Amino acid sequence: MPAVQETVERVRRIDVDQYRYGFETLIESDKAPKGLSEDTVRFISAKKNEPAWMLEWRLEAYRRWLTMTEPTWARVDYPKIDYQDIYYYAAPKPKKTLSSIDEIDPEILKTYEKLGIPLREVAILEGVEPPPGGEQTPNRKIAVDAVFDSVSVATTFQKELKAAGVIFMPISEAIREHPDLVQKYLGTVVPTSDNYFATLNSAVFSDGSFVYVPPGVRCPMELSTYFRINERNTGQFERTLIIADKGSYVSYLEGCTAPQRDENQLHAAVVELVTLDDAEIKYSTVQNWYPGNSEGKGGIYNFVTKRGDCRGRNSKISWTQVETGSAITWKYPSCILRGDNSSGEFYSIAISNGFQQVDSGTKMIHLGKNTSSRIISKGIAAGKSQNTYRGLVSAHRKATGARNYTACDSLLIGDKCGAHTVPYVEAKNSSATFEHEATTSKISEDVLFYCIQRGLSQEEAVGLVVNGFVKDVLQQLPMEFAVEAQKLISISLEGSVG
Amino acid sequence: MSLLEVKDLQVRVEEREILHGLSLTVNPGQVHAIMGPNGSGKSTLSHVIAGKPGYEVTGGQILFRGEDLLEMEPNERAAKGVFLAFQYPVEIPGVTTWNFLHAALNAQRKARGEDEISSPAFLKKVREVAKSLNIPQDMLKRGVNVGFSGGEKKRNEILQMALFEPAVCILDEMDSGLDIDALRIAADGVNALRSPERAMVVITHYQRLLNYIVPDVVHVMSKGRVVKSGGKELALELEESGYAQFEDAA
Amino acid sequence: MNVVAKTETGRALGDVFAVVRDRLPGKGKIADQRRQAFEAYERSGLPHRRIEDWKYTDLRALMREVLPLAPAPDAAVLSRAAAAVKLRAIDGVRRLVLVDGAFAPDLSDLGNPEKGLSIRPLREVLDAGDGALSEQAFASDISNPMIALNGAMATDGVVIDIANGTMLSQPLHIVHVASGTAPASMFTRSLLRLGRDTGVTLVESYLAAEGAKAYQTHDGLVVAIGDNARLDHVRLVEDAIDAFNISSATVTLGAHAHFNTFGLTSGGHVSRYQLTVTCAGEGSTVETNGVNLINGKQHADTTLFMDHAVPHCASREIFRAVVDDRAHSVFQGRIIVRPDAQKTDAKMMTRALLLSDDAEADNKPELEIFADDVTCGHGATTGALDESLLFYMRARGLPEKEAQALLIQAFVGEAIETIASDALREVAIATAQRWLEARA
Repeated sequence: MPAVQETVERVRRIDVDQYRYGFETLIESDKAPKGLSEDTVRFISAKKNEPAWMLEWRLEAYRRWLTMTEPTWARVDYPKIDYQDIYYYAAPKPKKTLSSIDEIDPEILKTYEKLGIPLREVAILEGVEPPPGGEQTPNRKIAVDAVFDSVSVATTFQKELKAAGVIFMPISEAIREHPDLVQKYLGTVVPTSDNYFATLNSAVFSDGSFVYVPPGVRCPMELSTYFRINERNTGQFERTLIIADKGSYVSYLEGCTAPQRDENQLHAAVVELVTLDDAEIKYSTVQNWYPGNSEGKGGIYNFVTKRGDCRGRNSKISWTQVETGSAITWKYPSCILRGDNSSGEFYSIAISNGFQQVDSGTKMIHLGKNTSSRIISKGIAAGKSQNTYRGLVSAHRKATGARNYTACDSLLIGDKCGAHTVPYVEAKNSSATFEHEATTSKISEDVLFYCIQRGLSQEEAVGLVVNGFVKDVLQQLPMEFAVEAQKLISISLEGSVG
Repeated sequence: MSLLEVKDLQVRVEEREILHGLSLTVNPGQVHAIMGPNGSGKSTLSHVIAGKPGYEVTGGQILFRGEDLLEMEPNERAAKGVFLAFQYPVEIPGVTTWNFLHAALNAQRKARGEDEISSPAFLKKVREVAKSLNIPQDMLKRGVNVGFSGGEKKRNEILQMALFEPAVCILDEMDSGLDIDALRIAADGVNALRSPERAMVVITHYQRLLNYIVPDVVHVMSKGRVVKSGGKELALELEESGYAQFEDAA
Repeated sequence: MNVVAKTETGRALGDVFAVVRDRLPGKGKIADQRRQAFEAYERSGLPHRRIEDWKYTDLRALMREVLPLAPAPDAAVLSRAAAAVKLRAIDGVRRLVLVDGAFAPDLSDLGNPEKGLSIRPLREVLDAGDGALSEQAFASDISNPMIALNGAMATDGVVIDIANGTMLSQPLHIVHVASGTAPASMFTRSLLRLGRDTGVTLVESYLAAEGAKAYQTHDGLVVAIGDNARLDHVRLVEDAIDAFNISSATVTLGAHAHFNTFGLTSGGHVSRYQLTVTCAGEGSTVETNGVNLINGKQHADTTLFMDHAVPHCASREIFRAVVDDRAHSVFQGRIIVRPDAQKTDAKMMTRALLLSDDAEADNKPELEIFADDVTCGHGATTGALDESLLFYMRARGLPEKEAQALLIQAFVGEAIETIASDALREVAIATAQRWLEARA
């Protein structure tokens, strides 16, 4: 298994504390003044040359936010966030309109190279070695939108996408170029009043990706966004909106990293997905924000609202996430199954080590008839971390024939961590069929010894067993991501066995 | 130099002493059978040789080609060529047999300073070995031992033995849970691996297995010691008269 | 708006407490505890859906207010109560009756106690100033507002003490009867102490006498099970259809102790049973099982908190809900495994059967694990009766309701079967049967 070997080499190369993506890029940046006020909101809107309606929308959200209080129900514990001590906008300088990738600041390009994210279209064509016994994957193209601090710096493969009729661009551009589409869908899945962090995002979001796939179109390539927080004391508030029109299909990948810093940085994103009749969106995330050091210092506070609305009949939304980073993760990618026969899926791997705290899961809200959902969650807690699955499955009165299957498995590595499962199963009509199972256990000593007797080191054995434990979910990821995720999992568990 | 030398081995589990000074010398090319009643310490011996945690060695030595085996991590022992065929091979869900074998083989090769084996070469090698053991390809794609029958699990152990080419193989109760046909297939696999360089230690409760894997030396264990050693005829004698006569000897 | 409601509820009850405070039994330390408990309750008022534990049972919406205390039962009240008790009498048990929150010696069997068994009314224990017993009876978690309120207001109850080495063959049966005709609240608190190497069966029933309506039962039970002791517990809630029953039980197990409990709720308009079980001694085992059989506009909530505080303990929970009409069943089951509680084996299975399109079942099984060498799991299912089975039975000539009844019996059977005593299992089956017959 080459992936395991590579992982092991990589693990050997890095110290316990070392986060692979923890470097900082030294570039000048253009920042909004520190703190949050109506002026900050106006500043961001002006920087983006937004139309008046957009500014109004933001201001309304800001005013609403002022009346709200931070939620406390999740099993995460962190010092109070001073919202006036954060920069809400930071853009790499010089800021000018880019017409080709060659105009991007070379420092930023270098950053993405270090991250292993190819922004140059040619580089993306390289294939990945398949595992033995696996199928040879055809070389696939991935269009990338890279978001650096608050702004999108590059979107690749624009021409090819345009030919297919797919719109894939930074949302700041979409607001100017496709105001009708943005106005029609923005905030319809996650309303500006939804929750504290989503409302904050609505007021100050600076960039993110926008995707529109026209009726009947199968997006010719995977779409991908890489988020990178670089600036100090900066919050990142990106907003993603994806619309799959009737009978269309798109697969979207999202990756995140941040430099190592002593202070905690806030990331409060909103992702909205809409599928119309017979459409499908597959959304995959590999989240690897800086988790803090081995003493629990620093790391990203990741408070994210992700929600998909299966608005049309027979539509489908599938979330797959691999969560290994962040000091705190507060994230529940959800599906509103509104259209009859629509279906939602949530596949999750959440790994916590060190002092990380994860409270993540999903909501499957069955509103239409004969809707179905499936939840497979794999939580792995190591070190002194706390890892919580929190999930809601509900069938409303008119959601006749609703079906759900949920399987939540937790694995504990060491006796200083905690794994928790908090499902809410709510049925409001008799034809709903829900099935939920959860287990918690530790890695079997016998299995570890068996692997070690065959020549694997303790760490290799743990990596192998954990990768087996999460296999059902890894299989949901596109091949390139799956290989990356597999490595990431082993790296995240580095130092977890003593 | 002998291949494996166990000298006056004393082993405790928690507060109880299981082996009270066991000695055993295994030379290349030999097949040793260790027989004894339940609780005589046979499996403990195999676990201690392989380095399973939970056992405390309070005295004695285990030398492998003259090197102190007890100083080595279990994976180092594996790389040196110590192979334990488990009595109860574990299931590892989600990890395919392919991946597992490849990872283990490369880990061993690397530890020995050899080049890693490439995927195509590995595939070819596994296919050959699997074919000779009558193991269907399909089994290799499944999770390690997951949903395997007792016979399949044992064959998978022998497959690994063939693949890793160890210097000494310890077969712990290989016959447990096997019917006569499965036993014959497994024994044929083991016999095919007999060679002048390799030694085998066959641990068994019953003489039955030794009809198929004929030993050079037979040891009888009782209460944590070897109480009698002899040729293959000793096994037949045991079959006739049982272990009772040795209980007192211990 | 919530804030206003809270203040109003709090104030009204605060006045009540101020008036009755001096008449409540227990002086000195107990009076202080009552005051602290009441203050704790007043800080939150009636729990509402924004409090996570009360998400599905919003007492502000369902109960609105806590009624004043029921007056001491007079002869007419007692006589109606006696009739109700007789109707639900269980053979062979030692009966202890509480009427409108007061111990009724004339309706109870106090004679010839077996050796090692002591039974006293709580009021008597408090009046006698027995510090240790009273404190144990009132030692409970006042962070839960309804337990706090119960502690503040409790007027009476029974205090049962079982001496080391006593195996009681005769089950004890505590009967709570609401008998007054004016809507009122009853607050009772009981204590059961099992010494080392003891064994006992305790049955609790909640009944209404004829004419009792819209009353509120607030009950609290504190149980301490000593090392190597065994408690079998059966709880039957058959309150009037417009009544409220808010009860809690706190059970602590010593080493190698065993606790088997089964609860059946078929009565009451709104009921909530909060059971906290703590494995405090190694090697203890717990079986917690229950059935809700509800219809009409009933709301029944079972909230279980299984606390594994020490290593080598095992717990099993089986819960079944059958929900008809517009009824609403809630099951919350939280298993916590504390750090160092290694080798814990905890499993929970909850299933809900919805018989009507307007019925609702909410399940929240929860695992909270802080030790790694454990085997823990839970499962939850929700669904309707299997149509193909129903059809098969009807094709064999069974009327629909009868076919349903058979399937429902089978569905709840797995939980009922866990009752250790044959006689009590029969009582539970009969209670379920009554519910099914009333449905037909």
